[in-house]
Parts: sequence; C-alpha cells; structure tokens
Amino acid sequence: MSQQPTVSTHPRWLRLTHWLNALAVLVMVTSGWRIYNASPLYDFSFPASITLGGWLGGALQWHFAVMWLLAFNGLIYLLVNLFSGRLSRRFFPLSPKGVGHDLLAAFRGKLGHADLRQYNQVQRLAYLFVMLDIALLVVSGLVLWKSVQFPLLRELLGGYETARHVHFIAMALLLGFVAVHLVMVALVPKTLVAMLFGHKEPL
Amino acid sequence: MKKPIQGPGLDETSILADARKIIAPQIEDRSRRSFLLRGLTLGGVAMLSGCNLTDNDSVETALSSMSRFNDRVQGWLFNPNALAPTYPASMITRPFPFNAFYGIDEAPSVEADSYRLEVTGLVADKRSWRLEELRAMAQTEQITRHICVEGWSAIGRWGGVRFSDFLRRIGADTDARYVGFKCADDYYTSIDMATALHAQTLLALTYDGAVLPREYGFPMKLRMPTKLGYKNPKHIQAIFVSNTYSGGYWEDQGYNWFGGS
Repeated sequence: MSQQPTVSTHPRWLRLTHWLNALAVLVMVTSGWRIYNASPLYDFSFPASITLGGWLGGALQWHFAVMWLLAFNGLIYLLVNLFSGRLSRRFFPLSPKGVGHDLLAAFRGKLGHADLRQYNQVQRLAYLFVMLDIALLVVSGLVLWKSVQFPLLRELLGGYETARHVHFIAMALLLGFVAVHLVMVALVPKTLVAMLFGHKEPL
Repeated sequence: MKKPIQGPGLDETSILADARKIIAPQIEDRSRRSFLLRGLTLGGVAMLSGCNLTDNDSVETALSSMSRFNDRVQGWLFNPNALAPTYPASMITRPFPFNAFYGIDEAPSVEADSYRLEVTGLVADKRSWRLEELRAMAQTEQITRHICVEGWSAIGRWGGVRFSDFLRRIGADTDARYVGFKCADDYYTSIDMATALHAQTLLALTYDGAVLPREYGFPMKLRMPTKLGYKNPKHIQAIFVSNTYSGGYWEDQGYNWFGGS
C-alpha cells in the first residue's frame, strides 16, 4: 500500500515567522504604550504596569531594537508568501460577496474549519488586513523615527503629527485583530496545535 | 568654569529640598525600570530557550548595543543635503513649550556682559567668544519643527549663526567625529560632525526675532531641526571638537545618542 501524499498546511517558515511576529508585536505594543504615556496623544494613558521599559528611555530602547525584528521578519514572511505562490493560492479569490456569505455562515455557526488547507473569505480578509496594517505601522513608524530623512513617506502620511495618529490607530486596529484572532483560536484549538507543531493534510 | 547663576536667597534647606524633589522620581524610575527588565528577562528567556535565567545586565547590554547599532544606521541614513521642512510664521506654536529636566523657574540666568563662549579641542583658534562677536557674524533664520523624544512637536522660529560658519571660523578639524557642548544648566551633549555641518544647524541667539530668552536657552542654544529636542543644548558655555565619544546627559541614561529625525 502506497503512502498517500500530504501537504503541510503550516510549514516551518510560516510557524517561525508567525511566532517571531507575535513576539515582536508584543514588545512593540507594550513599549509603544510607554512611549505614548510620555506625551499622550489622546485623553488617556496606559497603566504603567502593562507597559514595557520602565521609563521612556528604556521603552525607546526596546521599541527601536525590536522594530528590526518586526520589519525584517515581516518582509521575509511577505516575500516567501509572494514567491511561493501561497499568497495568491490561499488569500484569493476574495470578494465582498464571498466575505458576506462566510461571515453570515460564521454567525450561524455553520462555517467549518475541517480543512486547514482552506481559508474562508473572512479569514482571507482578516489576514490580508493585518499584513497591510503592520506594513502601515512600519511606514508610519519610519516617519516618526526619521521624518526629515524620509520626506516622501512623511508627505504621504500627511506630516509628522498626522503620522502619530496613523501610528496609534494602526496599533489599535492591530489589537482588534489580535483579539478576534485569539477568540477564533480558542474556538478552534487545533489551529494552535498546527501553528505550534505543524499539520499535514492529504493532498 | 564658574557658573554665573543668580538665585533668590539660597539657603541649605531649600537647596536640599529641591535636590530631593529632583532626584526622587529618577530613583523611583530607575528601580521600576530594573524591576520590569528583570521580569522581562524571565519571560523572554523562558519563551526563547526555556533554559536558565541570565542576569538582567545582559538585557541592558543587548539593548545598548542595539542603540549603538541604531546610531550607525542613522549616521548612514543621514543625508547632509536633506533639509527639514520650514513653515510660515502663522504656523508657529504659541506659546512655544518650555522643556528641560528642571522647572522653568530653575532655568539658569547667564550674565550677558561677563559671558564667554569657551572653544577647545581640535580647533585652530581657541580664544573665547563674547556675545557681541557672535552677533556680528552673518545671521540666518529658520522656522522649523522641534520634535521631542516624548513624541510632541512644536514649530518655532530661531535665528543666529550657521554653525558650520562658526566651526570654519574657529578652524575646527571638520574631519573630527564629534562636537561636544557643556551648558550652564549642567547639561551636556555631543553630536556627529555631519550634523554639525548641516545647513540648518544654528548657533541660535534669537527666538522669534528677539534675544533668546532665558527659558529657551539664553545666551545661546544649538538648534538642529534634524535632531530630537534633547540633542539641542541650551545655555551653551563651552564647545569642544573631538574624536572621543563623550555621550550626553540623557544619552548616558539610555536615550539614543544620534537622536536624529
């Protein structure tokens, strides 16, 4: 009896970049809150106990060290996705109609996750969104870090002060994604197992 | 160098009280910082390797070397010809915020008549400068955005001597790596030569068309729209050109040395 060929739904590069990204996001967000607290842009501060770095200087050190991990790990993820064909294979086609259909099915509890090879259209949209959102965080972060050296990016984002708002809002949206993502993982725990140890499906 | 600081009725008790007031939050901050770093080391090490704990010094060392790496990246990114944006007078932030490691009342009062700017290090002409001599040099003006490391920014109007003119006038070795500053408020910092020679780096003597007021750094501050606020020293008393790294007040506590924007 010949063995059935299988395909890895969570290849090693994907698991590695996923967890490095999760670590980078955790450090960037918590150190970013501490930096935000030094001069709150809005009418609130983050509780110091959930921030990283201890003081502004420490938070800045974390933020500007781990930004390299976030940016380059993200870049590698995008490049492998693009050139392996995984991006077009797993995230497209995507249509408003399809998203609406799958969203409705999800709320009725009729959207299965039996086949981990397939992303439903809501997943596709959510993952594409978070890719773009992190890209926006990196770009707006570059403007805040080096607004004089990157004049084109600065003007694209509407100037230094606007870039602060963009950076903050993109962070908030990222947290929104993470919240939904964690709820979904709790509902379908086998995806966590797959992301930790890999998973194979028959071809 | 003797600091010509004038204060109203100084006495031991009030000096002590003030010193405590200044130092206490720093001590608290430092201990909180080391506590959090220790916590993160625990979590980080457990997450990454699951092996033994390292002391939190290694985290500090790693973060410091990343900061040095970022200094080099910024030096490489720095375009000597890229100008910071300038703004119309209508966009000037009023009132322009005061910011220092002390309160506005503690800003030093420097006596204009007895003031001498000391110049040392790798320069041909080490004589001291009087304010009138600096005012007699060619003056230039800029309305630029001051970006604070805390995140806020404000637009202001500074006038004075282009710093590259001054460096050439004193015969500074412009191949040297650093220019350092010592200030009447005990602040000190140092910058890279490329930024020192940038066209918008000013030895600012005026603010908004008037003599630079005490709270903004009388008699002079270094104004660099290509660097964050803490890199712009106020109340400058001495300038030195050197190849030896000399850090800075905030930089020695962990702020990034290059501090470019």
